[in-house]
Amino acid sequence: MKKSVFLGTLTVAGLAAGLGSAATLDDVKARGELNCGVSTGLTGFSLPDANGNWTGFDVALCRAVAAAVLGDGTKVKFVPTTGQTRFTALASGEVDMLARNSTWTFSRDTDLKLDFVGVNYYDGQGFMVRKDLGVTSAKELDGATVCIQTGTTTELNLADWFKVNNLSYTPVAVETNAEGEQQYAAGACDAYTTDASGLAATRAAFADPENHVILPEIISKEPLGPAVRHGDNEWADVVGWTLNALIAAEEYGVTSTNMEELAANSPNPEIRRLLGVEGDLGPMIRLDKDWAKRAISVGGNYGEIFAATIGEATPIGLARGLNAQWTQGGLLYAPPFR
Amino acid sequence: MANVADAPKDTFRLSMLLYDTRYRSLTIQVFVFFLFMAGAAWLVDNTMRNLEALGKDFNFGFLWNRAGYDISQRLVEYTNDSTHGRAMLVGLLNTLLVALLGCIAATVIGVIVGVLRLSKNWLVGRLMTVYVEIFRNVPLLLWILLIYAVFTEATPAPNAFRPNPETGLADRSMFLDAIAVTNRYTAVPNSVFSRELGWLDLGLFYINIDVLAVLAAAVLGWWLNRMVKARATRIQNETGVRPATWWSSVLLLLGLPVAVLLALGFHLEFPELRGFNFVGGLNVSNSFMALWLALSLYTGAFIAEIVRAGILAISRGQSEAAFALGLRPGRTMSLVILPQALRVIIPPLISQYLNLTKNSSLAIAVGYLDLRGTLGGITLNQTGRELECVLLMMLIYLAISLVISAVMNVYNAAVKLKER
Ligand SMILES: N[C@@H](CCC(=O)N[C@@H](CS)C(=O)NCC(=O)O)C(=O)O
Repeated sequence: MKKSVFLGTLTVAGLAAGLGSAATLDDVKARGELNCGVSTGLTGFSLPDANGNWTGFDVALCRAVAAAVLGDGTKVKFVPTTGQTRFTALASGEVDMLARNSTWTFSRDTDLKLDFVGVNYYDGQGFMVRKDLGVTSAKELDGATVCIQTGTTTELNLADWFKVNNLSYTPVAVETNAEGEQQYAAGACDAYTTDASGLAATRAAFADPENHVILPEIISKEPLGPAVRHGDNEWADVVGWTLNALIAAEEYGVTSTNMEELAANSPNPEIRRLLGVEGDLGPMIRLDKDWAKRAISVGGNYGEIFAATIGEATPIGLARGLNAQWTQGGLLYAPPFR
Repeated sequence: MANVADAPKDTFRLSMLLYDTRYRSLTIQVFVFFLFMAGAAWLVDNTMRNLEALGKDFNFGFLWNRAGYDISQRLVEYTNDSTHGRAMLVGLLNTLLVALLGCIAATVIGVIVGVLRLSKNWLVGRLMTVYVEIFRNVPLLLWILLIYAVFTEATPAPNAFRPNPETGLADRSMFLDAIAVTNRYTAVPNSVFSRELGWLDLGLFYINIDVLAVLAAAVLGWWLNRMVKARATRIQNETGVRPATWWSSVLLLLGLPVAVLLALGFHLEFPELRGFNFVGGLNVSNSFMALWLALSLYTGAFIAEIVRAGILAISRGQSEAAFALGLRPGRTMSLVILPQALRVIIPPLISQYLNLTKNSSLAIAVGYLDLRGTLGGITLNQTGRELECVLLMMLIYLAISLVISAVMNVYNAAVKLKER
């Protein structure tokens, strides 16, 4: 089936092409490739390297799903989407899922006919300014020019926050993070605002990260997670439980290196069910027994992925914070595998 | 008589629909019409089914919901508490503003360049050719981006205008203490009235009564001036001597509005750097400047060609005759050539105006929030109403284009050769 998104009038045609198939799982299997909507480029989350290989935290989730469904984590076509095009791309069927720092909100989950199937990063919106401005709090930004990405929750939060705090500002609308970075670096805006993780990633990509500060205020809740089309529950289960498998694997200490050994020797029934040695969870979501094993083997469990892409050892240097396991005081909590 | 009655009866057979040339064209038309209707019905049906499958309905209720986002350039009152409909209006006015100013600038550029391109001065002629070829042959989007990049990368940040606390000197100083070109906007003085007459509520927006008063004075002056001139012509016709009218023209056309301006306490408010940005004056954003300049220069190049073609369409005999009558080249151009050339120029000029207006939707590239940026951008995205927003946007662009053509056609009818 020909699937392409034409913005504008052709959205209609796009809708027509994308539909007719509520069963995304069958489509993906038949196609032998997963179409995954990612950002146009955000260091640590989704960015193609010099050889065109996509890497990052969001990318790892796409690869895990591809491995679970197709048995191969490389069978992914990454489709870069901007804040403005991402939901149309999903609704029209150009992509099978979104893993693109997208915030789970009420209206997106209901009115926009998406289904968020979990949270892979608990975030909040922050501000970044140049150090030499001497600003130490976002409350000092009265009259400032602020760069924001359009089509995001960011621009709505910003309007609300400045209004509540009785401050004025001039918005400069940008389409992608790269454009925002460039405008901010050129001094066309005093402050850049987006999800705090995005700020850290953006700052890490600067030549002079030490000259920029991220202000202490976090002005919103941004649960970022993968989304699929509303109404395809089977596919939603596959994506959601793949994410849960990565999170649960970390909780039970299953890593990409000890996985085989644990599958063979672990007495823990939860681990045995997760790895498909016991019970048949896989067939319940129309996959085989080893689905979770394959998902974990691509980039490791949630913790391994986090550490390799955005963790404290990387230039982005994000602490686990809210994204630690519930057993470590964080919010990550995978439902039981039984 | 009998012959007529005996004429063979015209019996109609079905095959005649295909083989009889009298009916064939009708058959084809009916057939095509049905095909067209079937196609349209299929499209509508397909859309409805798919919307239903997606669980989406088709309604415009979202236009009355709170927009929640801010727009930096707004010609009418707007806050993030206003509705999406209001945001659409703000975007529409931004589109119209850049389109109107673009059409004016493009016409001025086009006429000047078109005339100069025919200049006998080799250098001037060649320079104009270079301009036309460069702008015509590079995509508009690239021009917009290039001009925008020049504005943001090659101009100083507002901060550079701040005096150094130690030396008291700033890196940059404002032009004439009134204009500052920065990498965000160009700060220019703003006009204000110290005697506020209040605002006129027009339902959708307010109009400053001071501005209305000045406009009224200007129109009144223009109208009085016409009366004075008509009277002068009458006297001239009667007596052969035309009374001097220049002083009353100056008084009426300039003096009257200026008097009203002064009475209302008109003055300029100069921009000054306070906090992060210039305040007090008017900050014309770089995205607007880039879009406006690029649209004007690009379309101006096409208009120049149209003007040149129009002038060349007038036969040499006309200008030779004008010269023979002793008209100077400038007057020959303005009195003889251009009025006739306008007939050739106006129709293609209309398309250029339409092009410019529609091209203004490239505003998205520099974050200028026009109709495409508000209704077709942020509103579409935040509400997920793709179909509604896009249809509405198409309808509005269509309406704007039809209005422009209608107005220009009226003008065309006025200048075209009167044939009797
Ligand atoms: N979480 C917000 C903002 C998402 C967003 O646009 N994030 C930025 C930076 S954190 C991004 O991913 N940019 C990459 C791009 O421009 O493609 C939302 O869902 O609306």
